[in-house]
Amino acid sequence: MSAPSQNMPMAVSATRPKPLLLRHLPYFAGSAVIVALAATMQFDGYVHNILMQATTFAIAVFGLSVVLGLCGQINLAQAAFFGVGAYAVGLGTSDYHLSYWLCLGGGCVIALLAGALLGMSTLRLGGHYLAMVTISFQQIVTLVMINTIWLTHGPDGVARIGRPDLFQSSQSYLAFCVAMLALVGYVVWHLADTRLGRAMRAVRDNELAAGVVGIDVFRTKVFAFALSAVLGGLAGGLFAGGFAYVSPDQFSFAESVVFLTMSLLGGVASPIGSAIGTGLLILIPEWLRFLKSVPGLYLAIYGLSVILIVRYMPDGIWGFFRIATERWQAKAKVHAAGLALQLTPATIGGDIVLAVKGLAKHFGGLKAVDNVDIEVRRGGVHALIGPNGSGKTTTLNVLSGLYKATAGRVTLDGTDITEMPPHQRAAAGLGRTFQNIRLFRSMTALENVVIGAERPGNTLIGAGGDDALVKRAMSALAFVGLGGRANELISSFSYGHQRLIEIARALAANPTLLLLDEPAAGLNSSEKVELHALLKRIAAQGLTILIIDHDMTLVSEAAQHITVLNFGRRIADGESLAVLRHPDVVSAYLGTE
Amino acid sequence: MACGKAINNRRPKILLPGISMDLALQLLFTGIGIGAVYALVALGFVLIFRATNVVNFAQGEFSMVAAYLMVVFAVDLGWPYWLSFLLALAGMALLGAIFNLGVYYPLRHRSFLPVIIATIGASILLSNSVLAIYGPQPQVLEGWFETPGIQLGPVYLDSQYLLIIAVTIVLVIFNYWFFEHTMLGKKLQATSQDKEMASLLGISVSTMIMITFIYSAVLGGLAGILVAPVLFVSIQMGSTIALKAFAATIIGGFGDVTGAIIGGLALGIIETFGAAYISVPYKDGFAFLVLVAFLVFRPQGIFGERVAEKA
Repeated sequence: MSAPSQNMPMAVSATRPKPLLLRHLPYFAGSAVIVALAATMQFDGYVHNILMQATTFAIAVFGLSVVLGLCGQINLAQAAFFGVGAYAVGLGTSDYHLSYWLCLGGGCVIALLAGALLGMSTLRLGGHYLAMVTISFQQIVTLVMINTIWLTHGPDGVARIGRPDLFQSSQSYLAFCVAMLALVGYVVWHLADTRLGRAMRAVRDNELAAGVVGIDVFRTKVFAFALSAVLGGLAGGLFAGGFAYVSPDQFSFAESVVFLTMSLLGGVASPIGSAIGTGLLILIPEWLRFLKSVPGLYLAIYGLSVILIVRYMPDGIWGFFRIATERWQAKAKVHAAGLALQLTPATIGGDIVLAVKGLAKHFGGLKAVDNVDIEVRRGGVHALIGPNGSGKTTTLNVLSGLYKATAGRVTLDGTDITEMPPHQRAAAGLGRTFQNIRLFRSMTALENVVIGAERPGNTLIGAGGDDALVKRAMSALAFVGLGGRANELISSFSYGHQRLIEIARALAANPTLLLLDEPAAGLNSSEKVELHALLKRIAAQGLTILIIDHDMTLVSEAAQHITVLNFGRRIADGESLAVLRHPDVVSAYLGTE
Repeated sequence: MACGKAINNRRPKILLPGISMDLALQLLFTGIGIGAVYALVALGFVLIFRATNVVNFAQGEFSMVAAYLMVVFAVDLGWPYWLSFLLALAGMALLGAIFNLGVYYPLRHRSFLPVIIATIGASILLSNSVLAIYGPQPQVLEGWFETPGIQLGPVYLDSQYLLIIAVTIVLVIFNYWFFEHTMLGKKLQATSQDKEMASLLGISVSTMIMITFIYSAVLGGLAGILVAPVLFVSIQMGSTIALKAFAATIIGGFGDVTGAIIGGLALGIIETFGAAYISVPYKDGFAFLVLVAFLVFRPQGIFGERVAEKA
């Protein structure tokens, strides 16, 4: 650990970022040129069809880069959502003579609803469920397309699909689709750096930690899944207008696999990767047409590619390229802002910040925590100790909402939080760290702490603009002594430093109560001394800490008040030194004579 | 992997709705027979899930490949049925080993997402390789017995269904004996419950995982060979069976062996009655509806306890 830098004078970083739209101007200029080219260049029909297909497919693959790349959730029904959009435009314009725009919008809405419903029924459960449920949904959609002949024309498909009046010629329609692609690409590209995008990445990296820092994990997943579905629907609607004819086999499970392969090949984490993957997997089959003469060969190769990509190139072509070029890119050095970290814990309730009454947690017949009372006074350090298996960590997990209490009440600063899920407890002012560090491992230290600062209910970030968040996060990193390394990835930090980043993430949220789960575990003796100093500096700002640790030196020096658990029950509680000399405590640790 | 075609029964079936007791009994028998197949594949799912914490999305393809191996040996080459049967099972054991080495083992330290994506890739590879070799035309495999079946009162007991049910009962008993009363079975259980502890006890975890994959592939293959005479042998049979089997594991309670068997039987019965009384083309949709109903109202299934991913 390096020395704390809060007292060092440091220049506030001079470069203020330009407004977002200005910075991204090159993107829009480039897109405008490409749209203009699409609108004016003369292609023959074959090239036109390939471009049309690539453009619409890429939008659907963007959807996968959101759900799979950003949020880490699988969607094996993208072709079904694509088909929903395509059939909405197809049937709407040809059978019912509705406006193209109405049908396109309607298709997106149906895809959105289907995606949201599927997500809501499944996303509370593990990823395997989602994979199987999306495959099943894909099959149902195909079944309906083939068998509901009165509506869908069955295997014959839908012909004479209309286009909007404005883009009647195929040339202008292609230009319109390219414009849509550019727009969607921008949204997906920018999404990663928005609050929602950060939440998605946090959920992908570590669901448990995401909940504890205040992210509604379930809602975030449903958003990601629904967004992916709606992009599939939009892409399908555009596709139908482009080809004027659709049939069920274009939206089968095989096509979902094609979308997945495109996404994985290019690199699932970025829209650029999606575009590369889509382009390649549309062009390569055109070059290797002879493969198509043997049914199945084609998809067999796709299946093999999926296995090989997952094994040898997990970040896809774009990710591979990024890693290869990274070493030549200058690391953006960070200048820690000279602002000292300010902690102003809320003080709504009375003298007692955390009141635990009759808390119990039973696992089947095992009473891990049984009828425990704890009162944590405002300001200062309160320690919860006990031998191994005494129920300390279980208590902490019940307090932060990872386990549901069997009985008892938990009140935080006057608010009853007993029934709340983790993210609501975070919003109510609870911060915590984990014994086995839980950081968002694909992100930088700064991004981790920014997510902490973003806690709903944090009063110190103003309206929550990017500038305020970064400033807050930088001051928290500087407070733990890591301000200068803010832009480095988590994996480049030592174990001790990762602990500090986790503490910084909790501090940036400006919590009312900070729970520290064995912060000294795995630290060497000099790191422990520095941890002790850090705890003192935190307590000096009036933030209340509830700490679990086995290090009795740390506990007896840092804590003013100690609660002792053994076999899930409270055996002692009171002022530190008195508790440590309590005969029951001594016998719990040392045994009796 | 998938395509939405309903499985066609080779034997003619009574389709008209009617509340006759005889028909209900007949349907119950058929439902248990088809459900036993789902139960066998579901058992394969559960065994691999317990050993590796991964759902093998290619489990259904094991059934499909085994059925095609039977077609190659017994029909194309004309070898005796019993020999073909043994060779097909040996082939499945080999496939299980290759699958473990090529798909699961290299990724064993990665998170679950890459692993399931790889098994999905393997499923696509397997089904389409068979398609490329054999073409889309469904194949016919005769049943084991010459006698088509016996009439027992109002119910006609198809001999192949009887065989399926008998084999399933024997396998369930074998499974119980193997896991509870043999050292190898106990080692496998220990591995699935706590790999670290198992390796400290001197159990070779990678060998145990290898055995699990081989055993699951053989189980899946057995299910495929048994069900092949009842259905056509087709490329889609694997994915169709896999989806049902997966739904069966959820209905029974994920990771629970008894649950997988009960779930499989329940699903077979629901589906058979649904096809007879409601709609044949949507037969495969019923599994999905039951699945979603369980996910929403009782995600832990009939026997399961924990559902959400572990803290």
